[in-house]
This record gives sequence, C-alpha cells and structure tokens, in this order.
Amino acid sequence: MNGIHDLGGMHGLGPVVPEQNEPVFHEPWEGRAFALFASTFVFAGYTVDEFRHAIEKIPPAHYLESSYYEHWMFAFEEALMKRGFVTREELDARIAQLKSGGP
Amino acid sequence: MPKPHQGPAESDPAIRVRALEAILTEKGLIDPKALDALVDTYEAKVGPRNGAKVVAKAWVDPAYKQRLLSDATAAIKEFGFSGLQGEDMVVVENTPDVHNLVVCTLCSCYPWPTLGLPPVWYKSAPYRARAVSDPRGVLKEFGTELPETVEVRTWDTTAELRYLVLPERPAGTESMTEEQLADLVTRDSMIGVTKAKAP
Repeated sequence: MNGIHDLGGMHGLGPVVPEQNEPVFHEPWEGRAFALFASTFVFAGYTVDEFRHAIEKIPPAHYLESSYYEHWMFAFEEALMKRGFVTREELDARIAQLKSGGP
Repeated sequence: MPKPHQGPAESDPAIRVRALEAILTEKGLIDPKALDALVDTYEAKVGPRNGAKVVAKAWVDPAYKQRLLSDATAAIKEFGFSGLQGEDMVVVENTPDVHNLVVCTLCSCYPWPTLGLPPVWYKSAPYRARAVSDPRGVLKEFGTELPETVEVRTWDTTAELRYLVLPERPAGTESMTEEQLADLVTRDSMIGVTKAKAP
C-alpha cells in the first residue's frame, strides 16, 4: 500500500537527530504499550502483516505528528476491536473514568 | 480511509494505555506481572551488548566469522540469542573498501535479540528518508567521514529479514581479549552509522 509510511528517499524532513544516552522507553507508558503489544499479539492471534496494514491506515498527518508507540497503539487497538476483545465504547468509558480519577 | 481517532482520548496516550491494560486485565486476557517482566527484559537484559559479543568473537575467531557470514541466524544462536525479530538474520561485513548501513524505510524493523529495541532516530522520518538517498550525508551527521573510494551499501530491512553490520576491527587492538574488544563495539557501529570505537 502506498502511503506516508513509505519514507525512503523523501525530501525535506531535516537532519537525523540522535539522542545521547537514550533510554529504552522514554515514558513508562511506552514500556506498557510495548509489553501490551507483545502480550496481546499472542492471545489475539494477529499477524505482523495485519499490524503493518493497520499502521498504514493511520491518517498521514497523524502518522507524522504522533510518536512511534502511538502508532502501535492505533494498530493493536484496531486488531483487538476487530476480534471483539474490547469495544470502542468500553475503551472510551474507561479512559473517561481514569480521567475523572477512577480506577 | 477509516475515521481518525478523535476526541480527548487521543490527547493522552498514557491514559489510553492504562485503560486498555485495565480492561484486558479484568477480562483475564493479560497478566500485569507478565507485562512487568517484558518491560524489564527489554530495558535490562536484551540490548546491543549481545551483538557486541557476536562481533568480538568474529574478530578473534576466523571460523566463527565464516559461520556468521554464511548463516548468521545459526551463528548468533550459538550465543543463545534468538527469537522475536531475529528469526532470519544476515550479517554484512565492513571492509576497507565497503561500508554497510542498515535502515528500515517503512518503519522500524531491527534485530531485537542482538541490538534490543531501536533508538528513536532509527525510527524517525529523516533517517528512513535519507539513509537510502543520501547515506554519506547521514553518516556525516554521525561524525563518520568516509573516503570517496569507499563504497557505501545501504540495506533496507524487512519484517522477515534483519541485518547486522560487522564493523571493521580497529587498528592497534592485536593484544586485546575478546571481552575487551566487545567494549569497542557500539550499537551505532552495528547499525553502520559509525565505526567501532578506537581502543
């Protein structure tokens, strides 16, 4: 699939900026997202190809603006919802609950 | 094109992850302790020190180097480094005439068992764009200047196959042990953006 993810040779993206003494995860949530992916991958039975396809469906502006583990979140939420392990409503409700200080 | 995720839920990935983890835990689909263990493994146990051991052995043991270049997956497995994102490995050797550089233009494919998880710059748009169109420019940004006579080869990784660069053994290291040599092998030298450290 053609799309924004296919960055090889694209112009105008600026210099490469390496970070000194970079941590493996920059925020605790990135580690949780990584581990969630690795865990759900097994029981939900999705494939790398499906994961790729979901990432390639991310709208281009969001793809460039959001961070790497947000891409992953987008992709495995899609996979989990498609299989009925979680619904959009459940997730939105839980997010609202957490934001209002609930468990 | 699917509807973009919208609304306040999008603004805070940390809450989003916490919500998903809570729901899946309550449904008994995941175990938070298993998640802790996974985070710890990739933060503390799997990383470029693994790849450095492979490279140092190849520098001191010609027979091992031969095995590494002919069947990297098997040779790396001799150290017990195998599994997720290292199922099919190819090692490319730097020489005085050839310098190799690894990228994943589409995303972030990277040899986890030997290098751990990739740094942000490896996954960033500028690196993925320019490693293939301007590799010498990218190398300069990492402080690596190569003579024009050196051929630069860029390898674009795929989901199925992962590359590891075998950097050149630095000069003046003849008397060093394998363990000491491993300390000269950096993550960046195994991606190919730099050379191994001088002793």
